[in-house]
Amino acid sequence: MTNKDIEALLRRELFEIAPDINPDDIDRGADLREEFDIDSMDFLNLVVALAKNLELDIPETDYSKMSSYDDLAAYLRLRMS
Amino acid sequence: MSEFLMPSLGADMEAGTLLEWLKKPGDALTRGDIIAVVETQKGAIEIEVFEDGVLARYLLDIGSSVPVGTPMAVIDQTGQDQPSPSVQAVQTAKSDTAPTETKAADGRAAGGFGPIPASASAPAATRLAERQMVTPAARRLARVIGVDLAAIKGSGPDGAVVLADVEMADASKTGSPTADSRSSKSPGKTAMRDAIAAAMARSKREIPHYYLSHTCDLTNANAYVADYNASQPPDKRLLIATLFMKAVARSVSKYPEFNGHFENGAYKAADRAHVGFAINIRDGGLVAPAIHDVAALDPATLMTRMRDLVARVRAGRFRAAELSDPTITISSLGERGVETLYGIIYPPQVAIVGFGMPVARPWVCEDGVQSRQTVAITLAADHRVSDGHRGALFLNAISKFLQEPETL
Repeated sequence: MTNKDIEALLRRELFEIAPDINPDDIDRGADLREEFDIDSMDFLNLVVALAKNLELDIPETDYSKMSSYDDLAAYLRLRMS
Repeated sequence: MSEFLMPSLGADMEAGTLLEWLKKPGDALTRGDIIAVVETQKGAIEIEVFEDGVLARYLLDIGSSVPVGTPMAVIDQTGQDQPSPSVQAVQTAKSDTAPTETKAADGRAAGGFGPIPASASAPAATRLAERQMVTPAARRLARVIGVDLAAIKGSGPDGAVVLADVEMADASKTGSPTADSRSSKSPGKTAMRDAIAAAMARSKREIPHYYLSHTCDLTNANAYVADYNASQPPDKRLLIATLFMKAVARSVSKYPEFNGHFENGAYKAADRAHVGFAINIRDGGLVAPAIHDVAALDPATLMTRMRDLVARVRAGRFRAAELSDPTITISSLGERGVETLYGIIYPPQVAIVGFGMPVARPWVCEDGVQSRQTVAITLAADHRVSDGHRGALFLNAISKFLQEPETL
């Protein structure tokens, strides 16, 4: 899976949860949950979807590495490499 | 034979629009079956039947917007469908109200299908309308948009005028379809806001609220959740809100004055805790449907129910009973927000428990001062039913459960 595929998947899953937010309009270094206005349940659903699609185990202790859009994309790239 | 009526899905609901039938005439019905989907100000809601029987026939067309209490279908408990023309006739007479033109003008001015009061009683129906067979939905639309029924040739069974005939007639009359009036009746943001406004205005008008706040150490609860989640795949993980729900549900058994309904001047405590869970809707609005008998669910099952409920609410599909059943509500701000939330009670309930955003605070304990995760728990309760003293004990009970999460 290329970095481009990972990003495309991330954008698609974020769209499922927050269809009203365009990832091109957000601050990618800022708090992901605030930028996309997602709550704990939405975030959990995002993790469920990413883990399933990428066949990854994403432990809860890694949530702190996923705090911004850029962090999350970097985390997924690292885990998939 | 009995009639299935448009249910009231909350104190503020006046009318509902039939979106979809999920059962066909001839289908066997068991109490609790989902029979139809109705659109209300709060979104599309699945409605249940409350008796066993066989669906004999529909009394409403898809798209009809009718007041609470209007017959929607005939249910045959004996298994034999006897046509009951009297029911139809009574209904026909009732739905003929003031002269068509006046009514139509009102409907237009209001921008579409306003709720038509159930009590709207009528001058005598015109002779023509009595002879002509018209479905209730078609009649209502004709009245609202100002189409003369007498000029329409029906395409329904036995030449009955059905909804589509009226729409066609209107389109040919005005040269445009009834898109305007149809779109304006579909509940959207404004309707949701109106529903919230009606319920909250009633609450502030009728309920003498009092408020209490208590800061609670979350260390044990957080540790319990982290420990539990460490061995679980993402879709089985708990949220701290699961423990909040459980702690409230367990606490009300000792403090029944916070769990029930105040109606017609009297309070009636509920024997179980159906906890309403406030869910934010992205494009505006809020609903708080119930999860039934929360005290009886283990945290994992409760979490599954909460995920399911949130998913269905966000998709706009939840059941009638979930909306009208809460005996107490909790509102949790989650991890992004502010520290304290002061709730407004949803009538006829008598209490709402708020959980602010968990924050790290200096906390004095045996070993001196430590940094601890804490949450501000608030109670808004109805002074007609309880006093601050009991409210304080209730909040303390919730806090104690959160110190011993393994007991939940």
